[in-house]
Amino acid sequence: MPLDPSHVGRSYPPTPAYLVGREKIREFAKAIGATDAAYHDPDAARELGYADVIAPPTFPTVVSFASNNAVVDDPDLAIDYSRVVHGDQRFQYTRPIVAGDELVGRQTIEEIISRGGHDFITTRTDITDASGASVAIAWSKLVIRGEG
Amino acid sequence: MDLPTKKYPVTRADLVRYAGASGDFNPIHWNERFATKVGLPGVIAHGMLTMALVGRAVTEWAGAPDAVLDFSVRFSRPVPVPDDESGTEIEVSAQVKNTTEEGHTVLAITAVCGGEKVLSQARATVRTSRLGK
Repeated sequence: MPLDPSHVGRSYPPTPAYLVGREKIREFAKAIGATDAAYHDPDAARELGYADVIAPPTFPTVVSFASNNAVVDDPDLAIDYSRVVHGDQRFQYTRPIVAGDELVGRQTIEEIISRGGHDFITTRTDITDASGASVAIAWSKLVIRGEG
Repeated sequence: MDLPTKKYPVTRADLVRYAGASGDFNPIHWNERFATKVGLPGVIAHGMLTMALVGRAVTEWAGAPDAVLDFSVRFSRPVPVPDDESGTEIEVSAQVKNTTEEGHTVLAITAVCGGEKVLSQARATVRTSRLGK
């Protein structure tokens, strides 16, 4: 049965605050082989005007991936996660994530399309800091492959 | 303008490291038994690891770690990673597509693995100040 498009616009409670650690950013940068000094050395980041090390561009996935679980686990949608494939991903940045940030993700369903027996659901994660200011917005399109 | 092509090796060890760093422990990225059971050719790389490697290329081209303003990709093919020492390789290239009204640069990006494009519609908007320097 196709995913019900009436769920478009549904939003979810904000995630618990995620405290961004300096070592977590270093670990992430190391895992993707990103060697820029601003990801590893607080002094190099300060020279660029940031309070501590900054995160590489796809780091917001650490927050948006967890935040997206609210949608994937929503019993009203009943998504079969074993059929889910990551289709598209987009980030729009207000500023880089900085170690020490306390980030909250707010999840909204932006689009539901059914085509060729597959469902496509686009979720938006608004990522804000402790002051409530926007840091980044992440959009993920998940493909839920049809059966057979 | 074509930007210099960059090549990134990806091994099984990289997938394990990325799983831990990102929190994405989906077994299709580390468990051969599970991956083949769900119809994949074998263990595949996280799409978000491919996107992260492209992000590396983009920040290097832009000449600044904080230059990226907007970044989007479509995952068009999986990236199988063989269980051997050399793994696979993702080749990332880009062309300057246009300049926005604000003076930012839009890059059209290509990512290829094993002769096949693994991303489509990959774009990044970057601050232009140090591009290509």
